Amino acid sequence: MNAGDVITILITSFMAMVPIVLTSVGAAWSERAGVVSIGYEGVLLMSAFFGAIFAELAGSAVVGLVGGIIVGVLLGMLHGALTVYLKGDHVIPGIGINLLAMGVVPFGILAYWGTAGQHQLPHDAQMWHLKTPYGELSPMVVVTIIIAVVTWWVLFKTPLGLRVRSVGENPEAADALGINVEKYRFWSAVYGHALAGLGGAYMSVDWLGLVHKTMSGGRGFIALANMVFSGWNPLVSLIGGWLFGFFEALASWLAPKHIIPGQFILMLPYIMTLIIVAGIIGKARPPKWSGKPYKRE
Amino acid sequence: MKKSGSELLETINFKPFVESLIAILVGFIIGAIVLIAFGYNPFDAYYWLFVGALGSTRGIASTLKYATPIMLTALTFAIGTRTGIFNIGAESSFYFGAIAAVIFTNLWANMWFGLLMGMLLGALWALPAAALKVYRGVHEVISTIMLNWIGWFFVLWLIVGPYANPNDPNKTIRIPEAARLPEIGYGLSIAIIIAVIAALLTYFLLWHTTMGFGMRASGINQKAARYAGMNPRMAVMWSFLIGGLLSGLGGAMKIMGEGPGYAISQGGANIYGFGFDGIGVALVGRNHPLGIILSALFFGMLRAGTALMQAEAQVPLEIIKVIQGIIVITVAIPSLYDLVKKAIHRGAAQ
Repeated sequence: MNAGDVITILITSFMAMVPIVLTSVGAAWSERAGVVSIGYEGVLLMSAFFGAIFAELAGSAVVGLVGGIIVGVLLGMLHGALTVYLKGDHVIPGIGINLLAMGVVPFGILAYWGTAGQHQLPHDAQMWHLKTPYGELSPMVVVTIIIAVVTWWVLFKTPLGLRVRSVGENPEAADALGINVEKYRFWSAVYGHALAGLGGAYMSVDWLGLVHKTMSGGRGFIALANMVFSGWNPLVSLIGGWLFGFFEALASWLAPKHIIPGQFILMLPYIMTLIIVAGIIGKARPPKWSGKPYKRE
Repeated sequence: MKKSGSELLETINFKPFVESLIAILVGFIIGAIVLIAFGYNPFDAYYWLFVGALGSTRGIASTLKYATPIMLTALTFAIGTRTGIFNIGAESSFYFGAIAAVIFTNLWANMWFGLLMGMLLGALWALPAAALKVYRGVHEVISTIMLNWIGWFFVLWLIVGPYANPNDPNKTIRIPEAARLPEIGYGLSIAIIIAVIAALLTYFLLWHTTMGFGMRASGINQKAARYAGMNPRMAVMWSFLIGGLLSGLGGAMKIMGEGPGYAISQGGANIYGFGFDGIGVALVGRNHPLGIILSALFFGMLRAGTALMQAEAQVPLEIIKVIQGIIVITVAIPSLYDLVKKAIHRGAAQ
């Protein structure tokens, strides 16, 4: 390994970090407010697909990113309506959204572009990248860092954040103080899914410049792992997300070299997360009322 | 035995059955809208879907074949839900069942040995999540997602590494002929019979044994179950282990019962996704083993019909995943039955 390889791996880690960090930050906010979702995998995939369509129609990658956010908002509203207002189960709708994405995206790629499984985006629908000799960097890396920091600041340093955390930690007390629990929970779910939508569109119109039917590649679940790993803290999940991105980059760098099987490198972040949630190192405690519907007595 | 018929009926609730039918209907209607939006004829598509799945002996055999693995992974999820846990680890127990079949039938070419080891490894892989839940209070959704990934990469390594076929390195070595499941006809093996027996045994376990009673009781109310002298911890333990065992059996039968390859294919493509699909099957089957038999047959039918639908109506087979997703989201709507009933009454009053 020479210095060039190291820089390439580091740059790739930053590019790979974006969808994971955005989704983890969104999921952390949503779970802090008490809404659990495991549908981010499907949100990433569907917003990658629809974001690409938006970008192509407008001839602008930024419009594509906005399109991804819109898809995220709509799916977040669906999830919020089912879980917050109808008091349904928090896990099942996510399973439905994931299944739906596994159908909509391959079907849509075939029906919309007429190609099987994959579509390359035209140049004008792709984001501008800073080109270095060791790889390309997207401005979205900076945007992601800003979003993570601002989300952390709002969540932990402002009255709004306090109210969000209170409806996830103790909705009865929050309700007694006159906070509209359902409203805070609903919009928190929307915010969480919207960030995942941004991350999904980033993958197609920015990072990879293509749409592929399995391009989310489990990142929605990786992001949930990272959220737990980071103790539901957006700032920590920035570091955690970078680590997950780093392992991904390292594994793909190692794969052709046959030193350690790449699969064992890819396994590491999950083993680490499992160890952390087991409380062997550090402590992971979810918000008290996360995943539980709140009904007014 | 005279009473068991009515007892059986008592465990089947009428409302959830109707709710599942409504969800299926909604799935087909929204699927039709999607088809129209992309310029396909939904009637054509659905006609060939049903003809393909049920219009011939080959189609029915194919329906039964596709119903088999998802029936078993659905049982895993259902046993979890009945004991109050969200076990989404069926996916990786399925991988371990499949790889166990490959490994152990090549040591001793015996069908029963292969199935047994598949079940054993499937159950073993569920153990960490069970232990973490019982002893450390780790939420099973998190631990099983992690274990699914760890299992996936580990089995992927076994596929391309130690158990790769020297003549075709993208696949694993094959199940020896002596250990393959006997074929009934049209590519259908006896796996479906074993799966249905497993569903019936699961039903019997949950509703006709003390252990099953304890499991369901702790699923409804842990505290009450403990006061009544039961052991909810053991119930959760057993739920994970039996669940893993069933998915492991599914994985083993997928490889031992499906020719012509009788091997895990490139990138684990023929063992991926059955655990996730099984969750949908369980939800539509209302987490009842008998409901799951029906629901697995329904989803197997959808999958089996796609070949003819694609050939005759030129509709991409992925549309069935769209329908499946809509069905699961619709099932997730709480008290769907009452909502629909209210809407119908309101419509009739006008």
